Amino acid sequence: MADVMSMEDIRKEAAQLNIDFSGVDWNSIRLPHGEDCGIKSDDDDLIEEDSLEFDAGFGNIIVVDNLPVVPKEKFEKLEGVVRKIYSQTGVIKENGLWMPVEEDTGKTRGYCFIEYNTPQEAELAKEKTHGYKLDRAHIFSVNMFDEIDKFMRVPDEWAPPEIKPYTPGENLQRWLTDEKGRDQFVIRAGSDTEVLWNDARQLKADPVYKRPFWTESFVQWSPLGTYLATVHRQGAAVWGGASTFNRLMRYAHPQVKLIDFSPGEKYLVTYSSHEPSNPRDTHRVVLNIFDVRTGKVMRDFKGSADEYAIGGTGGFTGVSWPVFKWGGGKEDKYFARMGKNLISVYETETFGLIDKKSIKVENVMDFSWSPTDPIFAIFVPELGGGNQPARVSLFQIPSKEELRQKNLFSVSDCKMYWQSNGEYLAVKVDRYTKTKKSTYTGFELFRIKERDIPIEVFELDNKNDKVISFAWEPKGHRFAVIHGDNPRPDVSFYSVKGGKVSKLTTLKQKQANALFWSPSGHFIILAGLKGFNGQLEFYNVDELETMATAEHFMATDIEWDPTGRYVATSVTSVHEMENGFNIWSFNGKLLYRILKDHFFQFLWRPRPPSFLSPEKEEEIFKNLKKYSKKYDVQDQDISVLLSEQDREKRKQLKDDWERWVNEWKRYHEEEKMERQMLRDGEASDVEEEYEAKEIEVEELLDVSEEVIQDA
Amino acid sequence: MRPILMKGHERPLTFLKYNRDGDLLFSCAKDHTPTVWFADNGERLGTYRGHNGAVWCCDVSRDSTRLLTGSADQTAKLWDVQSGTQLFTFNFDSPARAVDFSVGDKLAVITTDPFMGLTSAIHVKRIAADPDDQVGDSVLVLKGPLGRINRAVWGPLNKTIISAGEDAVIRIWDTETGKLLQENEKEFGHKKTITSLAKSTDCSHFLTGSLDKSAKLWDSRSLSLIKTYVTERPVNAVAMSPLLNHVVLGGGQDASAVTTTDHRAGKFEAKFYDKILQEEIGGVKGHFGPINALAFNPDGKSFSSGGEDGYVRLHHFDSEYFKIPSI
Repeated sequence: MADVMSMEDIRKEAAQLNIDFSGVDWNSIRLPHGEDCGIKSDDDDLIEEDSLEFDAGFGNIIVVDNLPVVPKEKFEKLEGVVRKIYSQTGVIKENGLWMPVEEDTGKTRGYCFIEYNTPQEAELAKEKTHGYKLDRAHIFSVNMFDEIDKFMRVPDEWAPPEIKPYTPGENLQRWLTDEKGRDQFVIRAGSDTEVLWNDARQLKADPVYKRPFWTESFVQWSPLGTYLATVHRQGAAVWGGASTFNRLMRYAHPQVKLIDFSPGEKYLVTYSSHEPSNPRDTHRVVLNIFDVRTGKVMRDFKGSADEYAIGGTGGFTGVSWPVFKWGGGKEDKYFARMGKNLISVYETETFGLIDKKSIKVENVMDFSWSPTDPIFAIFVPELGGGNQPARVSLFQIPSKEELRQKNLFSVSDCKMYWQSNGEYLAVKVDRYTKTKKSTYTGFELFRIKERDIPIEVFELDNKNDKVISFAWEPKGHRFAVIHGDNPRPDVSFYSVKGGKVSKLTTLKQKQANALFWSPSGHFIILAGLKGFNGQLEFYNVDELETMATAEHFMATDIEWDPTGRYVATSVTSVHEMENGFNIWSFNGKLLYRILKDHFFQFLWRPRPPSFLSPEKEEEIFKNLKKYSKKYDVQDQDISVLLSEQDREKRKQLKDDWERWVNEWKRYHEEEKMERQMLRDGEASDVEEEYEAKEIEVEELLDVSEEVIQDA
Repeated sequence: MRPILMKGHERPLTFLKYNRDGDLLFSCAKDHTPTVWFADNGERLGTYRGHNGAVWCCDVSRDSTRLLTGSADQTAKLWDVQSGTQLFTFNFDSPARAVDFSVGDKLAVITTDPFMGLTSAIHVKRIAADPDDQVGDSVLVLKGPLGRINRAVWGPLNKTIISAGEDAVIRIWDTETGKLLQENEKEFGHKKTITSLAKSTDCSHFLTGSLDKSAKLWDSRSLSLIKTYVTERPVNAVAMSPLLNHVVLGGGQDASAVTTTDHRAGKFEAKFYDKILQEEIGGVKGHFGPINALAFNPDGKSFSSGGEDGYVRLHHFDSEYFKIPSI
């Protein structure tokens, strides 16, 4: 385009061409369309604005193919049929159905476009009618309008996929090789999410990685600690890496609400629920199971919220999470969910039901997997007004064989507690008394690993005591129960070793309502949360003695680190004040505390299970002195270093302060005269500096003379 | 040490001030009568009647003859300490808040709140030696900061005025020209409303307390930040020991936000910090409402606290207190 001429040039040129410049009416000049001769118009912006289209996307439009080709006369009939089919799944927009016709013949072309109000409805319509048989020759093929582009771009000829050269990945478990053997944890406070080392020896937390707005709702470690999962509007993501946190994989799942890893962290289950556009419809839920490493969807489940609500006749709208419970230990072989009168067990080889059918169990109320074996226990309440007793059964998978069953009478409720090695199952049974006015509690103990699975019944000393909390010793043979109706309940410890349940001890009148065993056993925290304001008692179950009592005022959460060396107690934002966390040693010594406003989450990074055999672990525990020498020396060194650093720091602070004070003194001295002037010459500074002086005063009270006889 | 409870006010305490000799304690509260007490035994000496609104602040002249009070009734009043008679009333168009006598007591600074469209302001008044000559004209009026000014005090040699308030910024003004000389660096400053300010005896440094749950120590001349004391509660009141390197922070959960019945939940403690190490060294419990006012006796051997609960608690330190090792 020509450069813009100056007015001078224009006049010159006009004179040359003999044009009378003054006679030109500027407004009458019309430029050719689409040509501005290099002159920018002030109106351009306006035009651009007008031509803006609403770029809402075409997610709510579907394309239906394989419709019959009909002549003009039958057009309306076909349109009516199509409209009828597609109005069932959602509301078609006004003028939202468009069936193109051949211009010359008026025949339809065999496809149409349908526009819904929402993408969700379009998605549903596609799902429901893809493959719909109108008749033998016309099977609908339904696609999203947005996807047409994608299909157009499919090349006609097959090309072999490029094989990328193998690049070794990072060691995602580098954190386990920390020289100082520390553990990591993640905290979420305000908008920041932060991963830190628990540097307990230095009595502080050492930052690893921090990121604001890392997640939109919460974070979660995978069960073996390899990944940290974050949740976003578009889906979930996992992070990890050797030294820092990089995004390793994303899992698309719009509006994801909840996530759950399989115990061996091979799979990730994501869950979302969607409000229906029609208020009469139920909530729809979507569950996806992803392969964690490839990010592929292995199986998706869609349905109404009612189908996935657990407990059958619960009557609540949400689902209890996790919907799918993983069984069979760390191999991630089976997962199952409970439905109405059935339990569906899937296997991960095909992601289908085992034997292609669910296990029918009338009125099943609860089920739970053994933590280590493909065995699950179910609880069925009484039926027919007591004619059919309640029962607890154990099922083996994949054979679906019932291993053991126990009938129970006049039961009001059952709770199942697996020991972490899957060796024992304790079932807490609440039974009605004869009058049906109150309940009492008993326990049924299943010894899973023994022949024929013997069952033992036992009761508390006072069977009318209400059981407040129950917890197995991890990997151990003991359990703790908080029981009693007093404001200060009792805590009892039992052992199941030697084929019989025996009581170890009962601690009377404790301010406790929750039990937290150390993951390595031996130690337990009796915690008084909520009403007890955060009372903590650190108890050694081997020696049956209290190691320490302490308090973390208002504490809401308690979590042991995966090694059982340290405990974190935290006050999360359910309380307005005191937010933050404390780190304690296993024996109840407060190591350090960090306060953070709007504190949401504290999670230790889990560790994979140890490769040592239980015998070896036992041996190490017995000969701890031999092994601990090395660490004692290290501890000593660090504590010397710490006090050294501390002294240094204090000296520094003191020196700095000394400098300030000297400077102030100097100013004060310099300004002395001026100050006197301001005070009308009153020499008053002396009094400003108070000095405590001791003055001795001697006073003569009395004088008397006495002659002392010489001995 | 058993604290002496002084129950003379019917409403929450707002301010406490010792005279220079340390034998009198003046207390201000939301009831309308500032009160004077014997600082040694807590005996009530008398009240100053005349205000018609909450009294926010007071200051007493060096020779303990004049008392200046700032009140929500839109006045600041000058009283005769001994007789309790009103000597003069400064009238404003909005509630008066902070008051402070200059070195030499010839000038006084009085701040007024933002009110009915008026912005907050800092007024400098001349205090006449003879109350009959007293006039109400301002020598200087400083305006600028948005929001309430909670405290304004004289800097060294009356050359500057230091102000702090709702906008969390500490400002130093030139008293000759009325110009704004300095604002504290945003990076180091408080994040929320500054509620209180206490000068050191020699005026070389001062301590500010803020709702951001911290207190900060500043140099009065350069306005450089020297120390920060972090606590768990919003800070309503601060004081510095004139004797030892201790600072005291008082505060607590806002009375309206107290939801739990447990008195510990509010943390209505006066907390002692080591001035140099910035570490907490102790606390004095007792109030059952947030602490609104703190003052140290100029001899450093006692201090008093005033709470939302309407009590003034007077604490004489035990001999052990003076044995607390510093560093």
